[in-house]
Amino acid sequence: MKMVQGTAILGLACLASSAMADEALTVYSYRQAFLVEPILEQFTQNTGIKVNVVFAKDGIAERIEREGRLSPVDVVLTSDFSRLMELVEKDLVSPVNNDVINSNIPEVYRSPTNDWYALTMRVRNVYSSKERTGKIDIDYEDLAKPEYKGKICTRSGKHPYNVALVASMIAHHGEAETKTWLSGVKANLARKPQGNDRDQVLAVKEGMCDVAIGNSYYYGNMMMDENQKSWAEAVEINFPNQANRGAHINVSGMALAKFAPSKDNAIKLMEFLTSNVAQQAYADVNMEYPVKADVKPSKLVASWGDFKADSLPIYKLAENHQAAVKLLDEVKFDL
Amino acid sequence: MILGLSRSWSLTGYLIAAVITLPLIALIVQATFPDEAVFKHLFDTVLPTYIANSLLLMLLVGIGSLVIAVPAAWFVARCEFPGRRYFQWLLLLPLAMPAYIVAYVYTDMLDYAGPVQRVLRDLFQWSSPHDYYFPAIRSLGGAAIMLSLVLFPYIYLLARTAFMEQSSSLLHASRIMGSSPWRSFWRVALPMSRPALAVGVALVAMETAADYATVSYFAVPTLTTAVYDTWLGYGSLTAAAKLSAIMLLVIFTMVGVERFARRKQELFQKQSALSDNDRYRLTGIKSFAAWAYCSALLLFAFLLPFIILSAYAIDYFDQSWDDRFWQYSWNSLYIAVLVSLICLLLALILMFVRRVSPRQSDSLPSRLSSTGYALPGTVLAIGVLVPLTYLDFAVNDIYDWFGARGPGLFFTGSVFALVFAFTVRFLAIAIGSLESSYKRISPSLDMASITMGQKPKQLLMRVHLPLLRKGLLAGALLVFIESMKELPAALLLRPIGFENLATYVFQFVSDEKLEHGALAAIVIVFVGLIPLIYLNRSLEHTR
Repeated sequence: MKMVQGTAILGLACLASSAMADEALTVYSYRQAFLVEPILEQFTQNTGIKVNVVFAKDGIAERIEREGRLSPVDVVLTSDFSRLMELVEKDLVSPVNNDVINSNIPEVYRSPTNDWYALTMRVRNVYSSKERTGKIDIDYEDLAKPEYKGKICTRSGKHPYNVALVASMIAHHGEAETKTWLSGVKANLARKPQGNDRDQVLAVKEGMCDVAIGNSYYYGNMMMDENQKSWAEAVEINFPNQANRGAHINVSGMALAKFAPSKDNAIKLMEFLTSNVAQQAYADVNMEYPVKADVKPSKLVASWGDFKADSLPIYKLAENHQAAVKLLDEVKFDL
Repeated sequence: MILGLSRSWSLTGYLIAAVITLPLIALIVQATFPDEAVFKHLFDTVLPTYIANSLLLMLLVGIGSLVIAVPAAWFVARCEFPGRRYFQWLLLLPLAMPAYIVAYVYTDMLDYAGPVQRVLRDLFQWSSPHDYYFPAIRSLGGAAIMLSLVLFPYIYLLARTAFMEQSSSLLHASRIMGSSPWRSFWRVALPMSRPALAVGVALVAMETAADYATVSYFAVPTLTTAVYDTWLGYGSLTAAAKLSAIMLLVIFTMVGVERFARRKQELFQKQSALSDNDRYRLTGIKSFAAWAYCSALLLFAFLLPFIILSAYAIDYFDQSWDDRFWQYSWNSLYIAVLVSLICLLLALILMFVRRVSPRQSDSLPSRLSSTGYALPGTVLAIGVLVPLTYLDFAVNDIYDWFGARGPGLFFTGSVFALVFAFTVRFLAIAIGSLESSYKRISPSLDMASITMGQKPKQLLMRVHLPLLRKGLLAGALLVFIESMKELPAALLLRPIGFENLATYVFQFVSDEKLEHGALAAIVIVFVGLIPLIYLNRSLEHTR
């Protein structure tokens, strides 16, 4: 049965090509490579600790869950809050009680039990057409008003950024009222939810809609991109709910994996990510707001002006996350 | 057959079938687990829409590609017009184009912000979308058109063969009895090719059900995207498995219906080679119409997307031509080669057992092993992960028991899971290809060889293998193209940090900047073209 042996050999050959874990740190990242890699390189230069970083858009939590105690991951970096919560809910993180990190990250930006830490914050803004609407004083609540009928663009309601916004609405108004609001917003949409936050800005530029929901750093990133500068220039960036509770904040963050093979080095990395150097890098490269109090946002971001942020502690969003996803399905937001 | 095939052969066959059907079984088992009301919530809210979308899409794509493919196949097979020889194989090219790439290119062109609508707005002085109506490309209808454009060659290929192999005497008879060419097409040729068309439509419908990238890009939720979302969004593998089970039910019903519809038909197929003289010689406007039809089809389904893609690739060449590009190309290539080889080997064993075994039941393994093709990538991924994860933990537990350090994620952490899934999904193609090749080898050859004292292994190596060479190559090439293109299974099963061309391109597509991934997309298309052209040649020469 040579053929059976042949199959076995082929099988082994493809196994051999899988890299076996070495002693370096392993980071799973929802955040994009261009942002994270320079910061991690800096860390390796400072400490001599090598970092293997792997990127994925979806399913990191599911993967870690499946890998269980065999998982090679030490630190997880996420691009939004719900991913952090997902890790906590699935019991995939281990708490870090570290003085350096705790003093760098204000209490509202970390889990009360030290399960996770925010690294940067981003605002869910409302963009408006420079030409047709101008700068506007707007609340998220207003998006459901009849005056915006056929004028709003957004990405999928199921995207974590929108889910978190809906969760914050539930936290402030309760489920029933949020559902009414969500139906109102859906009725006002200029088109079926699609594309990413940049697309919404493009749609405003092209006259498809007058207002769009989008994260703040996209505005900065589009400004920096030759091909997209004109998109950003066609819109105004507005911070919602300035007259009352403040704009909805989401965060990117980090967590220590439950079965991290090298915990000590992982914590060193986490300390580094909260340091001024790394925080400044986040602020400059991706136009986000640093969470560490004494680190300033980039010049461009600062030029958008100060704003009032919703003081709802980030972890409160967690309680409403599942409810938000279900409401989105119930009003068939994306359909 | 009269050959005394030793038990170990059929045992091997059953073993292969068991491994190949493992994901299907795991999936069904997983679907019976209770889940935390996620499924009920889905059922009460969005699931009916998902199912309706899936069915509607399959129906529309089925009809769409049938309507596109049949005239083209008829023109090429039974008519004579300028360019016919070229169109014969040119119309296969769209197969090399992943649907989501075509979708992207057309969206870019036809979207509100795209050049077509911009020109219209400038022309008619419209200023907002409220001033005029333009059908939304990112819609169910749009997805149906995109999928029809890339999937119609499946039907075209089968219909072309059917039209060519139809006995001309029947058509002549119908003409002599006074039917117009048009009437004989409707009353004789089309009904006779129904089995081939049914197979084609079933293939197209299965591919449609498996599509993840186009529908997710177009924001048209179907069962496939729902499986993905339920797994990764709600975090419920069980609910996702339940959805998959529904999907399988739909697909297997379809396959069943197709088989049933085809059963009575095959008797009519009699081959008497068609000579060039038997073709209708089209002249004047008719000839031009046939030419224009084929040209338009080629233009929209292949040339236009290909040209735009090339333009992007040239524009962004410097950014795209880097180490990553090479790494991902290599990853795609070696996975595709590995999967093709494994599929060939397994198919060869299965088909050999089926052919020479004296036991009727020995045809079962090859039939069971063909079911994998019906599993869409997302569904298959769940089926593969469930048993492999158990296996990983079992292996490590054994090491632990001996006090040694285990190998970690031996199966799910490596490309093993990916290769396994691709093999399960594409083995059917290799089996199908070998099956048709085997049909051409007369059983008397086997008998002669046995009479002369050859052992089974010698029969396989010395008699069958040389005669099967073409079928083997064709099967391997088809598996190769499919492995290069397969996306959903790769997205879910790749070891973390591992990218291939398909996942790499899709990341750009989902970020709405295919321009940066265009070079990689072109490679997928080119690599797909070579086998297609070869395949078409070998099909022609066997006739």
